[in-house]
Amino acid sequence: VSAYRAFVLARCRVLLQYRGAALANVFTQSFFGLVRIMILAAFYESAAPGTVQPMSFTEVVGYVWLSQATLALFPWGVDADIREAVRTGSVAYELCRPLDLYGVWFCRALAWRAAPLTLRFVPLVVLAMVVLPLLGLPQWRLAGPASPGALALWAVAMVGALGVAAALTTLMNISLLWTGNGQGVAVLLATLTMVSGGLVIPVPLFPDWAQPVLRALPFVAVLDLPARAWTGNIAAGDAAWVLGHSLFWTVTLVALGRAILARGLRRLVVQGG
Amino acid sequence: VTEVAKVVADLVDALALYGRSVSVSMRVQLQDRVSFVMQTLAHLLATGIEFLAIWALFHRFGGLRGWSLAEVALFYGLADISFALSDAVGRGFDQLGSLVKSGDFDRLLLRPRSTVLQLMGQELTLKRLGRLSQGLAILIWASHAAGVDWNLGRIVLLVAAVVGGACCFLGILILQATSVFWTTETVELWNAFTYGGNYTAQYPMTIYRPWFRRFFTFVIPLACVTYLPAVTLLGRGDPLGFPAAARWLAPLAGAAFLAVSLGAWRLGIRRYTSTGS
Repeated sequence: VSAYRAFVLARCRVLLQYRGAALANVFTQSFFGLVRIMILAAFYESAAPGTVQPMSFTEVVGYVWLSQATLALFPWGVDADIREAVRTGSVAYELCRPLDLYGVWFCRALAWRAAPLTLRFVPLVVLAMVVLPLLGLPQWRLAGPASPGALALWAVAMVGALGVAAALTTLMNISLLWTGNGQGVAVLLATLTMVSGGLVIPVPLFPDWAQPVLRALPFVAVLDLPARAWTGNIAAGDAAWVLGHSLFWTVTLVALGRAILARGLRRLVVQGG
Repeated sequence: VTEVAKVVADLVDALALYGRSVSVSMRVQLQDRVSFVMQTLAHLLATGIEFLAIWALFHRFGGLRGWSLAEVALFYGLADISFALSDAVGRGFDQLGSLVKSGDFDRLLLRPRSTVLQLMGQELTLKRLGRLSQGLAILIWASHAAGVDWNLGRIVLLVAAVVGGACCFLGILILQATSVFWTTETVELWNAFTYGGNYTAQYPMTIYRPWFRRFFTFVIPLACVTYLPAVTLLGRGDPLGFPAAARWLAPLAGAAFLAVSLGAWRLGIRRYTSTGS
């Protein structure tokens, strides 16, 4: 275990070097946050009077800011280093190490998702909570956690989010063994996570008949469940369900990744001389 | 007359060279056929699902400040077609960061051809066909469903809007690349204006705050190349009250913006010093 821990810490230290990039990212994320909020505000104003939405506008604003702030968690694509390793054949060295390959790749993914998150989450949350009201836009600010219970549930959901996001990223990386550049599978998986995970529009705003399916899928664990926990859109009584969902999917996705990786390694041909 | 003939000959020569670079780039991308098909399909699905989300919002809220789904689809299609075109042509500019860092940009400067042409010739990204065909399909559906009354003037306006929009997005990509001369690193900040600009232009400008709208009309003229032409195509009165002449001429703003960013690019090149090694 200490080898894996060292691996995560070393990767994190490398990834934490890019502080300037993180600042630029905060600007981009707040831009997208503002546009998303303006669009949703226009839709909320257009609703027929008296209709009850599954989320209040304040909850939606909080949801948008939290999903932008935790965007770094999002399984966007494959690890460029692993892609190069597969392409050049140096993946063979990784197989020689006395460590489990899935474990190493999972740790890489964990560090890749967690380190940038720490650099981006705090500035964006401060911006959305404190700076927006100062700019005269109090109705678009991120409200604090709905209750101490909501904050606790959010913290637990974030751990689950990290697990599911790392497992999904590792699945994308494993697809490199078949596709070489991993673009097709990665783009498809990222799109699925983006749409059914709440990045394009908040999951509760999809049609009611789609809700049971969307909630059963693993993708809500990454952005949707933590954001809804913070804003109080998930009742505290559903805490067990949130926990069970992330735990089930982390375990399932890891098992799936392991099985696929084992198959891939059996037929792996190292290229190059 | 000889002057003019020389300019024309230079232009033909430049286009022929661009054609050659593009055909090489296409052949490279088509080498791995399976991967190419997967990528194009993935991009087609990815952008198609985005539209599904807009449908879901209409399904839940019933409308968007007086705009129907078909009308918003027209904005969406126009924005996506322009963005896909500029993205396919201008992706070479993305590589400027690594070219400057490795010092390879010096090689481009030594060649007796314009740097813009060489960078554009680096890659014509075919996988953007996914977004392009999706945008086209939605535009066709939207113009049918929203009952656009086509005539020669409107067809010309549509073409002008697409060309102007592609110019506008290409201008942003060139400005993004130009900033590399100062920062040596491609700054992610620009994604707000490329991807963010595309996202913004997918909806009618009237739903945004006035200061935000002004920025995307007068600083980056995206509203001029998507919103104003689309409103004119729909035959609606413009709620923002632009005069009719301005609405017909608006796509020219895209070309003007491209010209300005090319000017900035030349300034950047003059400032460029090689990283050496």
